[in-house]
Amino acid sequence: MTQRVHYDDVSLVYPGSTKPAVSHLELDIAEGEFLVLVGPSGCGKSTSLRMLAGLEPISTGKIFIGDRDVTNVPAKDRDIAMVFQNYALYPHMSVAENMAFALKIQKVAKDEINRRVKDAAALLDLTDYLERKPKALSGGQRQRVAMGRAIVREPEVFLMDEPLSNLDAKLRVQTRTQIAALQRRLGTTTLYVTHDQVEAMTMGDRVAVLKDGILQQCASPRELYDNPANAFVGTFIGSPSMNIIPSLITEGGVDMNGFLVPIERDILGKASGHEVIVGVRPEDLILSAEGAEMTVTLVEELGADTYVYGTYPSPEGPVDLVARGQGLAAPKIGTNVKVNPQRTYVFDATGDQKRLS
Amino acid sequence: MSVEAHEIIPMPQPEPAGREESIPEAARRKLSSPWASGLVILITILWTIPTFGLLVTSLRPSSQAQNSGWWTIFTDPTMTLSNYSEVITGGSVIPNGIEPYFWNSFAIAIPAAIFPLVLASMAAYAIAWIPFKGSTFVFFTIFALQVIPLQMSLLPLLTMFNKGWSLGPIPIFPDLNKPGSEQSIFVGTYIPLWVAHTMFALPLAIFLLHNFVSQLPRELFEAARVDGASHFLIFRKLVLPLTVPAIASFAIFQFLWVWNDLLVALTFAGGTPDVAPITAYLASIKGSYGSQLHLVTAGAFVAIIVPLIVFFSLQRFFVRGLLAGSVKG
Repeated sequence: MTQRVHYDDVSLVYPGSTKPAVSHLELDIAEGEFLVLVGPSGCGKSTSLRMLAGLEPISTGKIFIGDRDVTNVPAKDRDIAMVFQNYALYPHMSVAENMAFALKIQKVAKDEINRRVKDAAALLDLTDYLERKPKALSGGQRQRVAMGRAIVREPEVFLMDEPLSNLDAKLRVQTRTQIAALQRRLGTTTLYVTHDQVEAMTMGDRVAVLKDGILQQCASPRELYDNPANAFVGTFIGSPSMNIIPSLITEGGVDMNGFLVPIERDILGKASGHEVIVGVRPEDLILSAEGAEMTVTLVEELGADTYVYGTYPSPEGPVDLVARGQGLAAPKIGTNVKVNPQRTYVFDATGDQKRLS
Repeated sequence: MSVEAHEIIPMPQPEPAGREESIPEAARRKLSSPWASGLVILITILWTIPTFGLLVTSLRPSSQAQNSGWWTIFTDPTMTLSNYSEVITGGSVIPNGIEPYFWNSFAIAIPAAIFPLVLASMAAYAIAWIPFKGSTFVFFTIFALQVIPLQMSLLPLLTMFNKGWSLGPIPIFPDLNKPGSEQSIFVGTYIPLWVAHTMFALPLAIFLLHNFVSQLPRELFEAARVDGASHFLIFRKLVLPLTVPAIASFAIFQFLWVWNDLLVALTFAGGTPDVAPITAYLASIKGSYGSQLHLVTAGAFVAIIVPLIVFFSLQRFFVRGLLAGSVKG
């Protein structure tokens, strides 16, 4: 039933535009996998998903569901189920009718429809609401109806286009775990689009990061965090986000305003100029007696952690840094402190800012 | 613009959300003041008096209706229904009753309201939601057709029905005369009226319904397509139920327009009792028995019963908020 999905060098250029909305996307989603597409708005993640749904055209390339080339198959024949950001429930139909709509079109037998709708309703805690119209439901319930409409289909692929972004923060966290658990249980291949990296990291088996229509990296959440392929992925994944420090190469490492950060020679040898970007996760940038000097602008004490925000004069102008205070007395705003990177990522300063280390 | 307003009137900055709601609220407050209510009642009374007078006249016996004004009813309340029976079934004064014309009007107006609605709702969905080359051009052409007055097309259309149409030697519309006679096969049928009314209604109907249908949320159609629905199924299961308010209001307008129409009816049906509508009958008794005011008014009241029923029975379809709960809310 469930199938793998393959994007084979897929591009989309909208008519009248020179910049591709999605450029040479090469992506494989394994059977039963939960893959999350994440990226800033306008990065082409929704477009990629809608291309798989058949709601957007494809300029070049092919899309496969299983072994079937669906590139030119209309949306209605693709056997996919989609959950929309605003749910798109049929307003004049009850919850049960909403869920049964697709099955009726497929001419599934009536008692089979009833069974599937009942099962899905039980699974989603909607049994009491089956006869209600969408307007008599709360936001969370509507979201679950949209999920139910997808589940009863027992499709080859689930597509979810930011299904949680209309829920309030608390419900979102709750529903996030429910959807992930549900997907594991049903084992249906799922492509999930979000702009929220926390959602991506917590839900996905693998996460694909997109920017400007180009796939930056596709890996497991841990791998993305530990081994970002470039500076964009480094800063996009993780909260607070990675510090990006433009620095000049010197003998034995890079120079941070007089403080030497040792970096191996052969890593720096790959740099395309005299400058590299040093990426440091906030938890790896600690206040210490030895280090580069920055001016404190804000201190956040969160109980377990203390984050110290400051400005640091880099060769490219002042940059904002976030450092972790280790249970020390928090520094005062306006004072100068020294920060010491414990672990660094080195990115090329030009082009795609590829990772060098 | 808002900057200027602030300079002139020093007011606390209104909240964007609150401002939109305050316009209808302000209007409602102004319109519900006692002065406004009083004025509305006064206007209503003034406008109803002539109609009331006609109603009274239609109920008065012939001798009184001829010799005194309707207001004498207050001092001399004699009323009778004989005018109505005379008009409906025919009698000593008017030999032919209104009844066959009454049914003709139904036979003309119901199909003439349904045909354009069926065609226009399909066209509206296609133009609004099925992407095809030139859809904008088609829409604007239809939109532009509204400016052509129907009087312009009466004669060409009549010629088409009677003699057919041809561009030089190429026939566009065949000559549908009965073999060996000068009479079109359409004479004595409702068909020319249905076709004419449908044609005249289509531009406005497509325009109105298109605007309504195109306002439906895009995701709804996308969800249906992903659910496996064809265009026709989407039209039947989504567009039609969700467009009911627009369809109902247009159906009312179109039905009333056709019911009250005299010009198109006279052109395409003439005065033939087989097919002529109630308006043609009213016009003819007005001409022949103009002095018998009590009979003419009775006929008029028979004719307006149907528009009243139609309006009051269909007005409940003017519902709002039919889309509530579909997309986020």
